[in-house]
Amino acid sequence: MEDNEKLEKQQRERREFLSWLIGALACGTAAIAADAGPLHAFAGEQAAAAPVPPNPTIPGYDWTKHRWAFGVDATKCIGCLRCVEACKKENNVPADAHHFRTWVERYVYLEGEETAHIDSQADPVNIEASGSEREYRFADRYKDAKVVKAFFVPKLCNHCTNPACVQVCPTGATYKTEDGVVLIDHTYCIGCQYCVQACPYGARFFNDEKNVSDKCTWCYHRITKGLQPACVEVCPVGARIFGDRNDEQSVISQFIQNNRVHVLRPETGNAPNVFYVGLDKGVS
Amino acid sequence: MDALFQSSPFSGYVYPNETIIPWTVLIVVYPYLTGLVAGAFTISSLYQVFGFRQLRPVAHFALLVSLCCMIVVPLPLLLHLGHPERAFNAMITPHITSAFAIFAYAALFYVILLMLETWFVFRPQIVHEAQHAKGVLRWIYRVATLGSYDLSDNAMSYDRKWLFWLAIIGIPGAHGLHGYVGFVFGSLKAREWWSSDLMPAIFLFSAIISGTALVIVLYVVSCKLRKVPIDLPCLKVMAYSLWGFMMFTLLLEGVEFASLVYRGREGYDVIMQFVEGPLLIPFFILQFGLGSVLPLAVITFFIWRGANDRALVVGITASAALVLLAVLMMRYNVVIGGQEISKTGKGLLAYQPTILGREGILAAATVLVLPLILLSMVVRFLPPWHDQEQAA
Repeated sequence: MEDNEKLEKQQRERREFLSWLIGALACGTAAIAADAGPLHAFAGEQAAAAPVPPNPTIPGYDWTKHRWAFGVDATKCIGCLRCVEACKKENNVPADAHHFRTWVERYVYLEGEETAHIDSQADPVNIEASGSEREYRFADRYKDAKVVKAFFVPKLCNHCTNPACVQVCPTGATYKTEDGVVLIDHTYCIGCQYCVQACPYGARFFNDEKNVSDKCTWCYHRITKGLQPACVEVCPVGARIFGDRNDEQSVISQFIQNNRVHVLRPETGNAPNVFYVGLDKGVS
Repeated sequence: MDALFQSSPFSGYVYPNETIIPWTVLIVVYPYLTGLVAGAFTISSLYQVFGFRQLRPVAHFALLVSLCCMIVVPLPLLLHLGHPERAFNAMITPHITSAFAIFAYAALFYVILLMLETWFVFRPQIVHEAQHAKGVLRWIYRVATLGSYDLSDNAMSYDRKWLFWLAIIGIPGAHGLHGYVGFVFGSLKAREWWSSDLMPAIFLFSAIISGTALVIVLYVVSCKLRKVPIDLPCLKVMAYSLWGFMMFTLLLEGVEFASLVYRGREGYDVIMQFVEGPLLIPFFILQFGLGSVLPLAVITFFIWRGANDRALVVGITASAALVLLAVLMMRYNVVIGGQEISKTGKGLLAYQPTILGREGILAAATVLVLPLILLSMVVRFLPPWHDQEQAA
């Protein structure tokens, strides 16, 4: 009799344990299904992926009052690359030919050819011409060829309205701010580089010094103080334009209104916020 | 000082940031291991749920293969992360629009499920050893019983019910987990080579063939090591399954490749350059020729021949080993290949694997060998062999 009772007790305990385990698993799954609502509280302000992120504590700045956008007039760019160098210095971007928050592409059509020869300042030939991975210039590599058409296209993060990088981030470390900028919380990023893969524009890179993903922030530390991004500030020809679309008289609002603007790769559905004038069919 | 990064040479035009390939051989190993988990679990389930009696000699062994691979699955990911110590951020604040956000939960759920299933399968042995083993082992087995010593008919039928339902949950679980790995790649619109609706299905079927092939190879090797006869009907059923699932895999891969070429979207020229150049050896020779067509032909030959002899064992085992190579190459060609085609659609990169270092070939090879080392220990603790029962 005692044995039977013992057995029954054991069986009961086992059943209880298993029910508990199943219950715990179900709760875990339910929590994920519910977008782990309360769990987000742990994320703190920085990484919150909540629908309405809290206003950052920047003195005199209200991010609900701005809608930043960027313009590029490719017809004006002279390929001097001051923007690239300024960006590297301003944002402590690794000083080599493989990590860029912004870059400039050169398109050259030679006589009798249908497709453009494309290079950027990071091309080994151009790095050799500059003599350093910290300084940039375009080598005069087409001087003996018959050039039919040539132009420069500055590139940077498009701070998309539907950013693919934010979509794929597993932790919410990269997020879209209320004022339209896509940022990365370097203290929360796990460095999986899924976002680097997801960006169709190649705007993201892995920062090997910080072991996190990195990219252009439109110089968020400057624009929230009323300054221009470093690349815009140094551009000698006004090829880079930046401003607030909430202000109809701003230079960017005027740029978008007065020109027929394009965005890069509209077919991705990312809806970029860098608007271009003077693109060519070969640019993507 | 060691270089912080390994840049890749390129041709044509690639974005400046693309010269450092983001995902390395470790990310090749990760889907390979998850695939083995799903495949081995399928073999175990064919016996457990669908009553394929011929698979009895390998059913429990396949379960242990699955468990040992699954335990190692998070390792390549952790090694790859820039901040592995922050890995739990994805669990604390899972960003559910990410295809990767629930991976940790899915993996944890699956490890628990596999452990539970293993416990139920081996409970009679654990209880027996807890009562008869000597010394420290006895204590380990006693802990492993979780306090349950009941082996009555009533308890065993209760266990069988659990086993059945765990396997029922486990099949969509294992396959879901791997289909989901395919989705991680297939859902990325930035890369033409990955962006395909068929990717999850291709990953899934190649997973099943790789797991089946692994169980075949390990079963034959284990029989040789233990000097027991190989159960030929069991081996044949596994070979037939392998053959069937390989047909599906090849068909899906063929259809996917054909649509990519037929659609001929932007960047098609560069993709064709890639296919005809750098992809020639890893894809056409290793993955397709040596790893798929040859084993398929060999297995077909043995099915037609019908004889049960040593040649059958050698032929099937060698074919299975080739299939293992093919699936590893498939993972490589997808993960690395996808990154070698520039997002510009105008250039190609050449991945330069490193030997040493956290993301080197040595690290990846170690991750691949770890499940086998783990398995060699686990089979001593929980012998899954049915031939011993018969002999006893």
